[in-house]
Amino acid sequence: MRGESKSMCNTCGCSDDGGAVLRKPGESDYHVHVDDGGAGKHHTHGEVERSEEAHHQEVHHDHHHDHDHHHHHEIRSRHVLLEEDVLLKNNLLAERNRGYFEAKEIVALNFLSSPGSGKTSLLETIIPLLQQRLPVAVIEGDQQTTNDADRIHALGVPVIQINTGSGCHLDALMIQRALHEMELQEHSLLCIENVGNLVCPALFDLGEALKVVIISVTEGDDKPLKYPTMFHEADLCILNKIDLLPYVEFDVARCRQNAMRVNHHLEWFELSAKTGEGVAEWLEWLEKRLKLL
Amino acid sequence: MHEMSIALSIVEAVVAHAQKEGGVGISEIELLVGKLAGIEADALTFCFSAAAAGTLAGEARLVLEEPEGVGECGECGLRFPVNFYYAECPECRSLRITIVSGEEFLIQSITIDERGE
Repeated sequence: MRGESKSMCNTCGCSDDGGAVLRKPGESDYHVHVDDGGAGKHHTHGEVERSEEAHHQEVHHDHHHDHDHHHHHEIRSRHVLLEEDVLLKNNLLAERNRGYFEAKEIVALNFLSSPGSGKTSLLETIIPLLQQRLPVAVIEGDQQTTNDADRIHALGVPVIQINTGSGCHLDALMIQRALHEMELQEHSLLCIENVGNLVCPALFDLGEALKVVIISVTEGDDKPLKYPTMFHEADLCILNKIDLLPYVEFDVARCRQNAMRVNHHLEWFELSAKTGEGVAEWLEWLEKRLKLL
Repeated sequence: MHEMSIALSIVEAVVAHAQKEGGVGISEIELLVGKLAGIEADALTFCFSAAAAGTLAGEARLVLEEPEGVGECGECGLRFPVNFYYAECPECRSLRITIVSGEEFLIQSITIDERGE
């Protein structure tokens, strides 16, 4: 796993220089920084806080020297037990999002996959089918562009694009800020399309009801073994592009077996977003599981 | 690279604690990072030094404890070491394994510097 996450990180290169931005299709002026409005300090935006910190340190330092002329101050060390979850802040925000969803009876799905496995195409296929039953809205996550949001916008459903800049995953704060910018209807479905990445988004709870991991038959059938954390965290796995099976070397049974070895609770579906094959079976399961009807 | 945003959140958390405790610096941060936590220890250490620069944690030593993964077999109940999620029970060959340890990701403790009289 070591080598993998390193190479992935070189590809997606998350750093703290940019910061996430919300955009809306067809509104070129619309542009909201996730950090704006003091909705909570965000871990990728530590700059201001850190310079304040440095300032404090300096003040303390000077203060220390002033007093040194008169008498000695001793620096003592004290061990403080914390036992605090490193992801506490994200997890607390995710729980707040979850509470909001529950109060409004919104079912949120977090779609996760590597780039190009068909997340947006799958949404384009299911949204027209689901829309007849309940309102649907979408949050799109990508490093740059509103291309995916534009595709969803064309379906006539509310959509907001989160551009993570250099960030490699969506986090709970970005979702919270996006929710502020959307007017979600009660008893509706929210599809969150995460940044295409099979590593980093696995660790960040967004408050979703289910994590949906998608792989396509043009990828290797050992993907669940190569990126086990993602498959371990997911609630269901969708194998997409099965219409291409005759043309590629992909062992469906072995892929499924690999996925089950990583997570024996994983639900498994095979479909083609392009031809629609298998989509009805999955949606039937989804409706039952989430009591959407 | 989620390690950078994680390093920043660690710095944010420990600095807040140190300030609350009236500390003037942090000399050590003890982390519990399970082998199955999905965190690259080397990358985290690397990012930490950048994330902590100029803060109360700027000089802090990062101490990582990395507990091994332990799985429990859903069939026969045997507990055994696992390297990753796709474990197989060495006794009954079952694949129904639940991870019982190794996913920890905690800030265990910090050592703060205080100015005495």
